[in-house]
Amino acid sequence: MMSAKFFENWFLPGVWLTVQITVLSALFAFVVSFVIGVLRTSRWRIVRILSGAYFEIFRSTSALVFMFWIAFTVPMLLHIKFAPMFSGILALGITYGAYGSEIVRGALAAVPAAQREAGIALNFTPMQRLRRIELPQAWPEMLPPFNNLLIELLKGTSLVSLIAVADMTFAGNLKRLVSGDSAPIYTLLLVLYFVFAFILTRVMRLLERRAKARVGQRPAQSGLRALFGGVREKSAIDPITSAGGAK
Amino acid sequence: MSADSNSSSQETPNPAVDGSELIRFDKVTKRFGSNTVLDNLDFSVNSGKHVTLIGPSGSGKTTILRLLMTLMKPDGGTIKVNGEYLTHEVKDGKLVPAGEKHIREIRKNIGMVFQQFNLFPNMKVLRNITEAPISVLGLSKDEAEERARELLDMVGLGDRADAYPTQLSGGQQQRVAIARALAMRPQVLLLDEVTSALDPELVAGVLDVLRDIARSTDITMLCVTHEMNFARDISDQVLMFDSGRIIESGSPDKIFSEPEHDRTREFLNAVL
Ligand SMILES: Nc1ncnc2c1ncn2[C@@H]1O[C@H](COP(=O)(O)OP(=O)(O)O)[C@@H](O)[C@H]1O
Ligand SMILES: [Mg+2]
Repeated sequence: MMSAKFFENWFLPGVWLTVQITVLSALFAFVVSFVIGVLRTSRWRIVRILSGAYFEIFRSTSALVFMFWIAFTVPMLLHIKFAPMFSGILALGITYGAYGSEIVRGALAAVPAAQREAGIALNFTPMQRLRRIELPQAWPEMLPPFNNLLIELLKGTSLVSLIAVADMTFAGNLKRLVSGDSAPIYTLLLVLYFVFAFILTRVMRLLERRAKARVGQRPAQSGLRALFGGVREKSAIDPITSAGGAK
Repeated sequence: MSADSNSSSQETPNPAVDGSELIRFDKVTKRFGSNTVLDNLDFSVNSGKHVTLIGPSGSGKTTILRLLMTLMKPDGGTIKVNGEYLTHEVKDGKLVPAGEKHIREIRKNIGMVFQQFNLFPNMKVLRNITEAPISVLGLSKDEAEERARELLDMVGLGDRADAYPTQLSGGQQQRVAIARALAMRPQVLLLDEVTSALDPELVAGVLDVLRDIARSTDITMLCVTHEMNFARDISDQVLMFDSGRIIESGSPDKIFSEPEHDRTREFLNAVL
């Protein structure tokens, strides 16, 4: 079904590119999530309004059109040119970072007010409260929704194939155009996306279990239960812990 | 004592700096919506005294402690600590709401223990106690840990330094919370019904620790409690609150044995 030449020249590099783009845009989105998410809880109204505007704008625009805009419109307007892959990562990071900021904001809001008050009573600065009390406690809350978002992002990376980045979806399209036969390659791609998502979920579950097990909140599960079992029934008031915090 | 830290934010030298008057509420008003909880409240607490606030639920006792801890702001009036404004500062001869920096400077004199303990669940017991001394007071890790271990010994938990709060009983958590507050060396300790959330058999342990502190330190205590025997033991002064006003005050002997006010008598009959 796949010639050795196609496999070597397009398919394998495409898979590798999908992995790279996923990792890089996830890191970028992660940073954006925290910066915007934290700013959205700011004491200052103007900061909340601006960061809230970021969230509203970028969650409401089409990631694909935004990607086109960065890849084609910005170079025309500003006479600069980005590598296509860079445009893709930028668009994905900015868009998924907007979604992620809602996860961070929500998890911070779910930290009991009493924890903030205990921090005030010990005369911490607002920044110290955030870093040492609020973010570490919000962190385990964030992991399950971050897992969902990460999988959305993984699947979203296929959009870069439309701005001429030769990811694995691009390779699939190429195969279809050349051979006219799409069934094997697209089926293979679906399986690959699933496998990648499965691996990501596995890693995220591990992180989540570690964040909780650190305080003996829940015996660490193993095997299939850890993978498929609900780790989500805990409420926000539970003493949630992770000494490490959001790194 | 930080009478020497009395800064330029004072328009006139205050008699309080001699150390006698630590806390002064001056016409303090606090409202929640249309509900006026404190109405022009005046009272003061002298340094080193143990003052107990009693009164029916909803009479504003917690509100007073939370105002002092700067967990909320007054709607009117001023609060002074060591003769300095707590939530206000003087700028260009005018009294304006204080900035974060000023509030933190005054707030360092005040510590609080909460009804629900509010330990940090993401930190072990030792770090619950050392975190603020290290990052707020700038103590070295060794200094902070040494002091934390002393305090843990004092509250009878010297062997639980490496436990997480959730692994402790309520009584133990509250004793850690007391140690955590003391580690900041506050001049005044605010105690808001610190035994109310505890199983009855755990109350005595916590009260013993507080009695010990009252006896062996010169820390000022402002205490809301329904434990009348405890209040009688440690208090220099008891303030009886009703609807946000002090309706009666005096020595514990006077208040508990021969209250003047009908409301006080009713209240004491109900709780004793
Ligand atoms: N955050 C709040 N929002 C609205 N009302 C409040 C709040 N805190 C306290 N109150 C009201 O203020 C009054 C005094 O409360 P509080 O100071 O807690 O009394 P106490 O501690 O004496 O029981 C009560 O009527 C209470 O309902
Ligand atoms: Mg109360």
